[in-house]
Amino acid sequence: MSRNAPADDTLVRIRGLKFYRGTRAIFNGVDIDIPRGSVTAIMGPSGTGKTTLLKLIGGQLAPDAGTIEVDGQSVHALSKPDLYRLRMRMGMLFQTGALLTDLSVFENVAYPLREHTRLNDSMIRKLVLIKLEAVGLRGAHGLMPNELSGGMARRVALARAIALDPMMIMYDEPFTGQDPISMGVLVQLIRRLNDAARITSVVVSHDVAEASEIADLIYVISDGRVIESGSPQALREKGGEWTRQFMGGLPDGPVPFHFPAPELEGDLFGDPA
Amino acid sequence: MEWLAQLGRSGLSFSAGLGRANLLMLAMLRGVPQLLRRPRLLVEQLLSVGVLTVLIIAVSGTFVGMVLALQGYYILSRFGAEATLGVMVAASLVRELGPVVTALLFAGRAGSALSAEIGLMKATEQLSGLEMMAVNPEHRVLTPRLIAGIISMPLLAGMFSVLGVYGGWFVGVGLLGVDEGTYWAQMQSQIDWDADVLNGVIKSVVFGVVCTWIAIFQGYDCIPTSEGVSRATTRTVVHSSLAVLGLDFVLTALMFN
Repeated sequence: MSRNAPADDTLVRIRGLKFYRGTRAIFNGVDIDIPRGSVTAIMGPSGTGKTTLLKLIGGQLAPDAGTIEVDGQSVHALSKPDLYRLRMRMGMLFQTGALLTDLSVFENVAYPLREHTRLNDSMIRKLVLIKLEAVGLRGAHGLMPNELSGGMARRVALARAIALDPMMIMYDEPFTGQDPISMGVLVQLIRRLNDAARITSVVVSHDVAEASEIADLIYVISDGRVIESGSPQALREKGGEWTRQFMGGLPDGPVPFHFPAPELEGDLFGDPA
Repeated sequence: MEWLAQLGRSGLSFSAGLGRANLLMLAMLRGVPQLLRRPRLLVEQLLSVGVLTVLIIAVSGTFVGMVLALQGYYILSRFGAEATLGVMVAASLVRELGPVVTALLFAGRAGSALSAEIGLMKATEQLSGLEMMAVNPEHRVLTPRLIAGIISMPLLAGMFSVLGVYGGWFVGVGLLGVDEGTYWAQMQSQIDWDADVLNGVIKSVVFGVVCTWIAIFQGYDCIPTSEGVSRATTRTVVHSSLAVLGLDFVLTALMFN
């Protein structure tokens, strides 16, 4: 599809996605639609390939089969310059923040502006301070990344991700390892940025409560396929047994508490051999 | 048959690694035009790769020259040929010790630092972050380091040789009583610009390419964990040292028949 194709309500369209690591199928025929302007959460247990999915959407990995379209462009059919042009309209918040450790907070946020625009220093300064103000860290612009807490580093990375005013932001496990206050700040920031700047947000997470709080739509993936999708409330109320166990954090269910083992009595009182 | 299969696996793995290293080199070379438009990136790396290596090179060069003079005087004086001490010191340094020892020290100081830095950038997703910001990490991060290494090595080797000659002068002339005029005059008449100096420069440029290439590749290709970075750093020093010593033999055989 051309870049000027008419915009529809789906910003990211994934069809028949297959991706293997060696012989292990990470995705085995996944279809996902991410609506424009929404917060869409991709949820599932650890190791189901949620981060891999973001890398596939961003073109850092190539699928073995299937297509991924972002804003009407087939990501993996693009030339490198076109892919880089598309990435300039996509932001990504990495789990670690991925800040450049030899640059200050200010220079990290200024980095994409210096690389991709010809704005003068005065304009860059104003833009950087506005972006840092949006994440509540204008006062920390002179700090180095090693002087930041984990939550602050993610907020700086978020300011950097929105520096070029992207159409979408992908969040890779934004809530992992955060204290309740940092987590609350991030939850609020993701929703607020999404609504204020009309960004499309894709949040990959296994933190059910936080992701459900801000998501308009949830996709639950496991064993290489989409198990269920819908609004948080619908999934909690009408989801299948597996989804309700996952959403409710229940210790036993389709995913058993016990690792498969022989009968307890036999193991305790039977022949040890 | 298991050993044969293992040999085959190792061979395939080595070939695949060599292929990836070559592709990386091509990718870095494609970033040179961009680097010419932004020389500040090169200057920053010349500081970190070259200038910060000066101290160890300067100290080593001086002491190697001093030891050469001591050993040389001991042998030459037996034949009454101590007047040729300057030639011996200068030829040893310019032809062999300057490029080779500098390259070994460069691999230990700058090469290991390059691998660790790039490996950690990979492990902390900084390189992925650059890609997602539509910045090519090969051009933006790796190319300036490669070119800085290639420029720095001959300059460092030159510094090593010059300070070694002065170290030899200090011991030979200052402590052992060799005539100063003879020390310099013999050197001036016997050391040939093309055969000695230029060949030494060519060697150091080749070593610069090889050491920096290995260091960058090991960092970029490492497993992004602390153990992976540690192994990459070790491999950089070992592979660079072996490559320098092997190439030195080949180049010496070609240059000096």
